[in-house]
Order: sequence, then structure tokens, then C-alpha cells
Amino acid sequence: MLSLWLNVIAGGVLIGLVYGLVALGLTIIFGVMRVVNFAHGEMVVFGIYIGYWTVRIWDVPIVLAAAIAAVVMFVFGFLLETLVVKRFVNRPHHYQFIVFIGLSLLFSGVLLMSFGPDPRPTASQLSFQTVSVGPLTLDWARIQAAATAGLLIAALGAYLKYSAFGRSLRGAANNRLGGLVVGLNIPRIYAVTFGIGTACAGVAGALISPLFDAQPYLAVDFTLLAFVTVIVGGLGSFGGALLGGLTIGVAEAIAALMFTPSMKTALPYALLIIILIFRPRGFFGAKDI
Amino acid sequence: MQRTSDQASDAKRWGAGALVFAALAVVGGMSNAYVISLLTIVLLFTFMGQSWNLMLGIGGQLSIGHALFVGIGAYAVAILNIKYGVTPWIGLLLGAVIAGSVGAVLAWLSFRFEVRGIYFALLTIAAAEFARIMFGGWDYVGGMQGLFYQAPSGAMDLRMLRGDARFYYFVALALAAIGVAGTELISRSYWGYVWRAMRDDDEAARALGVRTFRHKVLVVSISAATAAIGGGVLGLVQGAIFPDSIMGMAISVDVLIGPVVGGLGTAFGPLVGSMVAIPLHHAMGVLGDALGLPGLNSVAYGAVLILVVWFLPDGIWPSIVRLYGAIQLPARGRIPQLRKVGE
Repeated sequence: MLSLWLNVIAGGVLIGLVYGLVALGLTIIFGVMRVVNFAHGEMVVFGIYIGYWTVRIWDVPIVLAAAIAAVVMFVFGFLLETLVVKRFVNRPHHYQFIVFIGLSLLFSGVLLMSFGPDPRPTASQLSFQTVSVGPLTLDWARIQAAATAGLLIAALGAYLKYSAFGRSLRGAANNRLGGLVVGLNIPRIYAVTFGIGTACAGVAGALISPLFDAQPYLAVDFTLLAFVTVIVGGLGSFGGALLGGLTIGVAEAIAALMFTPSMKTALPYALLIIILIFRPRGFFGAKDI
Repeated sequence: MQRTSDQASDAKRWGAGALVFAALAVVGGMSNAYVISLLTIVLLFTFMGQSWNLMLGIGGQLSIGHALFVGIGAYAVAILNIKYGVTPWIGLLLGAVIAGSVGAVLAWLSFRFEVRGIYFALLTIAAAEFARIMFGGWDYVGGMQGLFYQAPSGAMDLRMLRGDARFYYFVALALAAIGVAGTELISRSYWGYVWRAMRDDDEAARALGVRTFRHKVLVVSISAATAAIGGGVLGLVQGAIFPDSIMGMAISVDVLIGPVVGGLGTAFGPLVGSMVAIPLHHAMGVLGDALGLPGLNSVAYGAVLILVVWFLPDGIWPSIVRLYGAIQLPARGRIPQLRKVGE
């Protein structure tokens, strides 16, 4: 019994790291640009499809699929920001929200048109290989996804903290006008930021493609999951996204053990309601909107 | 002089509105069943769009979870009518009271704890999705299998609100007319000015002595109650309700697309927007089915939302008004003339 619980919690921690990566994408975009990307779940689903197709066509390891997803989704995010999102950055929040709902409908419609409504399981042997560590038996797909996500989160954190671009990005986030005054190329920073954010979602999607069958309808769930995660941690906070991801991952895993499947899917929303009402700034209290 | 010209243009506006609805009534008398069923949905979403419009367009509170209130209304009517044979009139009333209370509690909790803007929008989505999942797992309300109305006997029965497609067309038309007139009346009333003041600048309104907290709860509650009435009728028209369709995200989007496309905060916007967006969505759905492209209607919806916010941020209706407004119509949202002391 104890080992069952340990296994479930360990599985939750592993998937939680991937959720953390998804949430990080959302939180970086919000923190720097102050826009709320309601189409974030679609980016995750794009990543899942990239994982599905690359594994299916070239039979590459999932880490390589994730790298391909990173490049593709970065370019996609960069272009999306330059062509569309840019025009709405300075508009009131409800307009941004409506534009992103529009983008989300557009993308999920395109996914549905391109791939149809049927779920596509990624044919990967990873899901069936397990590793035993002490009392724990973990599947290899989860370990690989969590390790990659964890490394990426650490690398991104270090990059934003120590690189010149990271400094200018944080400057732009803190004070847009000040950034312009000292000569930061704000439009470029925004485009790169949006690219990084969507790349995070895409990589996370590719990493979990062996665990979640690719399906267009998943997107809304991932969008809301990402919001729950960042709000648990505090919108705009880096560490908060990671902690939020772990919390949601573990909570979901425990709920799956204790409740019926339908109740399990309700849990993130219940958490979101409770946290919004009682701790609206999350654990790490980010700035007000 | 100012007053009389205002009164003249007022009379013109009300007359124009009455003319539009009279024309719609004639259309309902002449069209075939297909057009009627499509227009019924358009008019119902005009009414629900008004309720959403009231909340964001006039009250300044963004809801992406109106499906919660629509679903509560639909379930209140369906449970009372299907399980206990109670007339839908009582169901509509009860649904409005329950949804209004749920809205008030949600608003009270959020605004008490300073959950505003985007956070409030997320809260509404979370509440709607949570309710949808709970209703899906709740056997008393039919769970995922939903609830089915008995087929109407064919005779028009106003007391039990049952009848054929044409009957529901006129019910929806009446609701839409009430919605448009109600928005116009509310936006000219004391509450209308207060709500727009708190929408535009919460702190300034508070500094002038407006109890904005109370008014925010009020606007959310009224909006929720009216959305529930629309939901109750929508359930009757559809003949069956399922949690995923009546409380899903798609309903929240259907509710907001009319006012956003037509014009936020205006009385005619939701009607114009619904007239454009819903038939387009429907046509693209039919075309998508014919071409074997199931997501085409969703692409059309998304594109319309983006293009409208991009090129016509105020919506279609204000742009039309502005085009002709140079000639006669007064500008919307004008500041009322202050009365001189002693006048």
C-alpha cells in the first residue's frame, strides 16, 4: 500500500515537472509582455503532434523529437507575435483575451481539419519500459520527459539570469518605457519572448506525446491546466511555475487514486477556484495585472 | 431646444428598433422551417449576448464562463418540467434566481478578495468547467446521458411553453426584443451611468461616492439571471440538454461572439453580431461536413473574432452608426449634460 502511494506520488512529481515547463511558457509571456496567452494549450497540442509525427516518420528518440518541436515552435511563436499578437499588446486585457480565444478556435479548427478528431497514440516503446528504484517502479517515458523538462527549466532559468538577452528581457518586463529609453529593442524582445514561451509548450507537448494520445480537443484542457499551474504559483513568477507544476502533478496523481476519473478532471478547476479566491496572487505573489 | 431634438432622435431610435423587430416577425411568418430554426438560435443568443454585454460592455466585468449560468437555467427548467411536470415558467424563474445567486456569490467572493480583471475571467471559466464536470457525474440530473423533453404534442401551449418551431421563433423574438430594449433602458438609467463609471474608472467612481463593490455584484447577478432565462429557453428549443453541450466552453464563446462582433456596450450590437456570426458558423459547419473538414466552423469563428478586434475594435454596429452618424445619429456613450442648480 505504501509503495503504491509512493509510486503514484513519484509519477505525479515527474509529470509535474512537464506541467511546470508548460506553465513556464505561459508565465514568461505574461511576465514580459503582460498578455494572457489563452491559446497556450494549442501550442502544447502542436508539440504532441510534432512528437507523434517525428516518431512515426523517422522513429527518432523522444528527446530529439522535443528538440525539433522546440525549433519549430520557436519559429512559429516568433512569427505569430510579429504578425498578430504585436498589434494587441497595448490593448485592454479583455480585447487580448478575446483575440487569443479567436486564435485558440482557429488553431484547434486547423488541427481538426488537418488530423481529424481521432486520437493518435504515439507508437513508442518507451511507455512499456520501466525502471525500478528501491520500492519505486517508474516508466521510462515519464522519467525521460521529466529529466528533459527539468534540465530545460534550469537552463532557461540560468540563461535568463546570466545572459545579456536575459538581462534586457527582465528589464523590458520591469519597465517597458525605461527599456525603450536605454535603447532596448522592445519589439524584438517581445517576439523572442513569445517564441520562447511557445517553444516551452511545444517541447512539453513532444515530451508527453508517448503518454497523451494526440487529439485536437486536448487543447482547452491544457490551456486551463497551464493557468491553474501559474496561478497556484503566482502569475509571472518563475519559481512559482515550477512549484505549481509539481503541486498540480502530485494532486492529480493522488486524485486519480482516490476519486473516480470524472472527479479527477474536476480537481484542477476546484483548485483554481479556491486559490483564486483565497490566495489570488499565488504562493509567490507576483505583480498585479 | 436641445431636449426636443434629443426626444426626436430618441423617438427615431425606438421607432427604428420597433421596425427591425416587426420585420423579423414578418420573416418568421413567411420563412421555411430551416431558416426559422437558425434564426431562433440567432435571437436566443442575441438575448444571452445582451446579458454578457451588460456585464462587460456596461459593467466592465469579463466573463468567459457564461455557460455556467446558461446551463443552470437550462437544468432548472428541464429538471422541474421533465421530472415533476412543472411548467417551464416556474423553471425559468427559479433558474434565474439560482443563477443570479450563484453569480452574486461568485462576484461577492472575488471582488471581496480583490480578484479582478483576468483573474475574475479565469474564475468564471473554472467555475463553469467545474460545474460541467460535476453535472456530468451527477445521476439525478441525468449525468452525461442528459435529459430529454417529451416531443411537443403539436398544439401551441403557452402555459407549458410548448409548441412547434415557429412558436419558439416568436418566443425567441420576444426575448431578443426585451433584451435590446432592456439594454437601452438600463444604459440610460441611473444604474447604467453608475456601471459605466465603474467600468471606466473604478477608483474615480468610488471617490465620487459610488459603492462600486455593491454595483459589481449587482451587475454580475443580473447578467447571470438573464443568461439563465436564455438557457432555459435554449434547452426547450433543443429538446434535450447534455452537460457538455449546454455548459461547455463552446456556449461561453457563442454567448460572447455576438456582442464582440456586433459592438460591445451597445443595444443593437449583439443582434447584429449574432446575425453575422452564428449563420456564418453554421454555414461553415455545413460546408466543412460536405468537404470532410470538420474544423472549418471553428476556424471561421476564430478568424471573425480576430479580424473584428483587429479592424473594427468597437464592433460592426458602431462602425455602421458612425458611417451614417455623421448625418444624424447621436454619438453613443455621450456624457449627459449636467443640470444647472435650480433648473
